[in-house]
Amino acid sequence: MTSLTQNKLKKEKLLDVHHIKKYFPIKGGILKRTVAHLKAVDDVSFSVLKGETLGIVGESGSGKSTLGRVILRLLDPTEGEVYFNGDEISKLKQRQVRPYRRDMQMVFQDPFGSLNSKMSVAELIEEPLLVQTNLSKQERKEKAIEIMEKVGLRADDRLKYPHEFSGGQRQRISIARALIINPQLVICDEPVSALDVSIQAQVLNLMKDLQDEFSLTYLFIAHDLSVVKHISDRIAVMYLGRIVEIAPKKALYENALHPYTQGLLASIPIIDSDDTKLERKKIRITGDLPSPVNPPSGCPFRTRCPLAHDRCSVERPELKGPENDEHLVACHLYT
Amino acid sequence: MKSHRKIKRAQSPLQLALRRFIKNKLALAGIIVLVLITLGAIFAPLLSEHDPTYGDLLKIEKVPSDEHILGTDGSGRDNFARLLYGARISLIVGFSAMLFTLIIGVVLGALAGYYGGKVDNLIMRLADLILAIPFLVLALTIIALLEKVTITIFVTVIAVTTWPSLTRIVRGTFLSLREQEFVLGARAIGASDLRIIFKHFIPNAIGPIIVNATLMMASMIIIESALSFIGMGIPQPTPTWGNMISEAQNIRILRNHPEAWIPPGLGILLTVLAINFIGDGLRDAFDPKSNRR
Repeated sequence: MTSLTQNKLKKEKLLDVHHIKKYFPIKGGILKRTVAHLKAVDDVSFSVLKGETLGIVGESGSGKSTLGRVILRLLDPTEGEVYFNGDEISKLKQRQVRPYRRDMQMVFQDPFGSLNSKMSVAELIEEPLLVQTNLSKQERKEKAIEIMEKVGLRADDRLKYPHEFSGGQRQRISIARALIINPQLVICDEPVSALDVSIQAQVLNLMKDLQDEFSLTYLFIAHDLSVVKHISDRIAVMYLGRIVEIAPKKALYENALHPYTQGLLASIPIIDSDDTKLERKKIRITGDLPSPVNPPSGCPFRTRCPLAHDRCSVERPELKGPENDEHLVACHLYT
Repeated sequence: MKSHRKIKRAQSPLQLALRRFIKNKLALAGIIVLVLITLGAIFAPLLSEHDPTYGDLLKIEKVPSDEHILGTDGSGRDNFARLLYGARISLIVGFSAMLFTLIIGVVLGALAGYYGGKVDNLIMRLADLILAIPFLVLALTIIALLEKVTITIFVTVIAVTTWPSLTRIVRGTFLSLREQEFVLGARAIGASDLRIIFKHFIPNAIGPIIVNATLMMASMIIIESALSFIGMGIPQPTPTWGNMISEAQNIRILRNHPEAWIPPGLGILLTVLAINFIGDGLRDAFDPKSNRR
């Protein structure tokens, strides 16, 4: 993201998420009554500015993928509002959401499961145009070839099928499919975590280049901090359905406040000695994520937190900025 | 760029399946047998000048001769002509009952599997209800209640009583597809329900649907023969293989006139075997992993 575009688009909110909750009912007993709720996303609020990349990081089961799907209305939220360009979209009927899908697209994690294996590459990439626009067959073909070249696919591959491609190539097909209708927001649900490390960098660089070219806004979901570091402007850390810390990238990497974030940073393997200049707080996270059906009282992280004290089990910490409004943290150490 | 090698065209998964199918010798033999029987049924008037329903009472239970290759039956009708025309009925009943069941099964299975919830519950409980009654009892009851059984009615009865098994298969496949990311992806681009069902679900479920429909056609032919054999199928004098064997429910004919009942029995056997081989071949072609051996 160049500083020029960033200044131009400053402060314009593209996506605004207010107190989103997504509870999945758990049915039990003979009568299939709801006996409990799985709190996949529990009261999450944030906003994404035009042209920026917000990285969302969390372990498996932290609710980050569910959050992405709720924003795109692939799942209906239990509570809360989602504003896209100022329009409230979380209460719309599926039919009414359809026009918004031109501007919001998604790239999925699994490059093998996210493409219909019975469709050729041309069909896959042109499908969004077919569904959303009235372009003629020829126009669709031209646009598809154009976008295929942009994402680094060869136009001759149009008639091939997904099974003939590698994981990285398939992810390029997914990206082409998401970008062909010129969306404003692209939600990337762990787009590189299924790929080889060498391919990961290629795909990440491609996504960055495309962001500049099409002035895209990304919501980039990942499970470790090393991947989002490359691409994000701001980063939100999720734990058990909640955001525990959200900050601009630099602030988060240099001055992580939440013990969980510090632990995640400490768990990134260090190869280059230059990196060690950043003073790392030695926090080790042990144990497993508690069940989102029955989350710990008070602070959800207290069961694994080395710094937990009495107050943590009683009172749930609010997401607040101890120093400024940019860097928010939900931890009693700072209140 | 010029290359002496032929450029290999990309093959769709369906083309790949067809290729695997053609390589299967047993299935190919099944196709050949079925084609021969079908040709015999289509060109029946050319192969035999006798009317299969006309009984010459002066020529009852004749042994094979030049005029009547397989002799005549108890009403003086030509057995060879009845064999050929019987193949027509068997194939027509088998095919149209399969097609009818396929339509009911796929539509209901698709609705149940795609929408889930109440729709699913309603359809599947209805299916359970039909499956809970033994097929023969159900079919016989419906037929007994009807005044006149024509081929159309007969096919309808078979379809109405056999759709649940196919519906279950389609529903199961749809349920598993519903969780796939590419379906979410299709919804994310704003595809309509109909588009998702026809463009994303059915092409991915086509393998099990075709395989089961084929195997079902074989059992439909058996059902027709069995019902005709006990006199509850398509009524005389319409020639069917089941009717012909039914005529041989008599120790005298069984002993003295094997030419009257062995050919229709063989006809049923060969047709069903051929269709089953084709069905197995299709299964291996669509799902190469299931290839045990």
